[in-house]
Amino acid sequence: MVLEVRKPRPLWEILFSTHHTDIGLLYIIFSITLFFLGGALAISIRTELFLPGAQLFDDSNTFHRVFTVHGTTMLFLWVIPFAAGIGNYLIPIMVRYKDMAWPKLNAVAFWMLPVGAALVWLGFADTGWTAYPPYSILRAPGPAAEMWIFGLKILGISSILGAINFVVTILRMKHPDLPMMKLPLFTWAILSTSLILLMSMPTFTAALIMLYTDRLGVSGFFNPAMGGDPIAYQHLFWFTFHPEVYVFVIPAIGVIYEIIPKFSRKPIFSYTSGITAFILLTIVSFASWAHHMFATGMSFSEKTVFMIGTLAAVPASAMHIFNWIATMWGGRIRFRAPIAFVVGGIILFFLAGAGGVVNSAMPLDFLTHDSYWVVGHMHLFLMGIITFAFVGFIFYLFPLITGRMYNERAAMVQFWLMFIGVSLVFITQHLLGLYGMPRRVFDYVPVEPLITMNQISTVGAYILLVAMGIFLFNLIKSAGWGKPANMEDPFGIQEKYYDYRRREPHH
Amino acid sequence: MGHGTLEWVYVGVVVAVLIYIGADAWNVERFLDDAPEEAEVVKVTGQQWFWTFEHEDGRRELGELHLVKDVPYRFEVTSLDVIHSFNTPDFATMIDAVPGRINSIWYVPDQAGEFLIQCREYCGFSHYQMRAKLFVEEPPGGAEQGAQVTNASATTTNDLIPPLGAAAVAS
Repeated sequence: MVLEVRKPRPLWEILFSTHHTDIGLLYIIFSITLFFLGGALAISIRTELFLPGAQLFDDSNTFHRVFTVHGTTMLFLWVIPFAAGIGNYLIPIMVRYKDMAWPKLNAVAFWMLPVGAALVWLGFADTGWTAYPPYSILRAPGPAAEMWIFGLKILGISSILGAINFVVTILRMKHPDLPMMKLPLFTWAILSTSLILLMSMPTFTAALIMLYTDRLGVSGFFNPAMGGDPIAYQHLFWFTFHPEVYVFVIPAIGVIYEIIPKFSRKPIFSYTSGITAFILLTIVSFASWAHHMFATGMSFSEKTVFMIGTLAAVPASAMHIFNWIATMWGGRIRFRAPIAFVVGGIILFFLAGAGGVVNSAMPLDFLTHDSYWVVGHMHLFLMGIITFAFVGFIFYLFPLITGRMYNERAAMVQFWLMFIGVSLVFITQHLLGLYGMPRRVFDYVPVEPLITMNQISTVGAYILLVAMGIFLFNLIKSAGWGKPANMEDPFGIQEKYYDYRRREPHH
Repeated sequence: MGHGTLEWVYVGVVVAVLIYIGADAWNVERFLDDAPEEAEVVKVTGQQWFWTFEHEDGRRELGELHLVKDVPYRFEVTSLDVIHSFNTPDFATMIDAVPGRINSIWYVPDQAGEFLIQCREYCGFSHYQMRAKLFVEEPPGGAEQGAQVTNASATTTNDLIPPLGAAAVAS
């Protein structure tokens, strides 16, 4: 099941395979590729904002298209597929089954991704990744917006199919001798993620159809001129996408639970509190969607309810952080790249969470909402904890997938550049938001604190670019010519690694 | 201490902090939600990509808004096409301008000068340029006109954001 690169097989055999490791590999390669493409768009956004006035793009239209595709790519084509990829690799091993429950469905779920990605990238819509009507139904130019809608539709169906597969594999195909309470926490993370996806995604897929018929003019769900209500879309959208935030972050929490005990050489502090926190997050993720909409004119009591729902998610996240720190406490930690990334991610997670509490407190929300604060806040989650944990896990899985070791020194240089870069880019953006800079702007008022802070943010983005260059080079070079790994214990930590010898026939 | 005790203490502290934050937010928002009854009404309309204002006495303004210092104003905000957001960063206020709905927000301008009004919800091609100028003037008959209406919570939130002020308007 491993050594995909050391014992090469013809490409078509991997592409048409329904084996879970092959599909996992495809998911991982696809998502990393799209991560680099989305990152290129991010660099162009930051370059544009380095100085006031038009820098890189001739007009704002291109800029709007770039940030739309950047957001869509990073969320739907990097974070979700990567989690599905590592889930495909590890879930069958962890539940001791030969494959996913439905291998063909698994392959179908993966092969919908490139189609959706092609629609999103070829269309290059300018609606923003949230596609709020009435802009997206009345003013957004077609066919880009239609292509975005259909692209998202396909991506949504793909993740629903993947989620069904994971739920059934974990609950029904689990080895009978393996009780639920002995499953690794990563399995619980994927189970929670899949359940949230199954419950939330259908709402958005329905909203997309309504958006499309509204664009055609045959319905007026969200069109005020036809008696519709644009705010209804925001409710449907955030009913899916606030839980979706947990779909993004819970797999990252799961991989942190994989890495920390191994490298601290200590068992997890409290396994049951980890599970409790996952279940709590799954439930409360549905109780907070309208905190994205405080400024749309909600009543005082609505705002209060959703503020409480939002704050309720904090203790569960705090339980995870406590669990990680308590696991590392007193452990004999070997600081190899995977745990370095994870520890950096935990620090940024704490900052992002503290910023989230500020957002949810009703009066402060009106300071931060739709400003650069929000941009900094959500990127601190997505780039901070999620990408840090995922990059750490890429290094952790690297010997399993390739049979070779990555370059440790390059990985640590990449870690420090990423940590400094992320702090410069996104903490500065929090301050920019407090100075009143709105999000999604092509240009800003040329006054002093704004110019300097945008420049700091852009410099940070270029530091990230260097880090990602090192990352890409490290991945390619080590996969092809790296030192063969000691597969029993590739990191020299005297801890059990995944059973690389298990090799079911590819079919 | 066992695993359980330590964790319960920790979760208890987190929950206590959150309850404090939530209660404080609730208490402040309660004051901010309703405008004083004597507040003057200004109708604000957003369109791609400019703002129009209509005062109580029927005066209309395009792209600029003249207010008097220390008078409470209630803004009734709506839009004619897509969603915009009426934002005055220096007075820490924003509310979405939604077509088909009237949202309201209020504040007492407590400093005279020129300030920036901007759109804070993505609304298309010239979203970044959808700005207006806010002029706050000294009251003509001295400060007694509306000075008695000063809401503590409305003024303290101003300290949270540094002013962009006249420099932003001039550009």
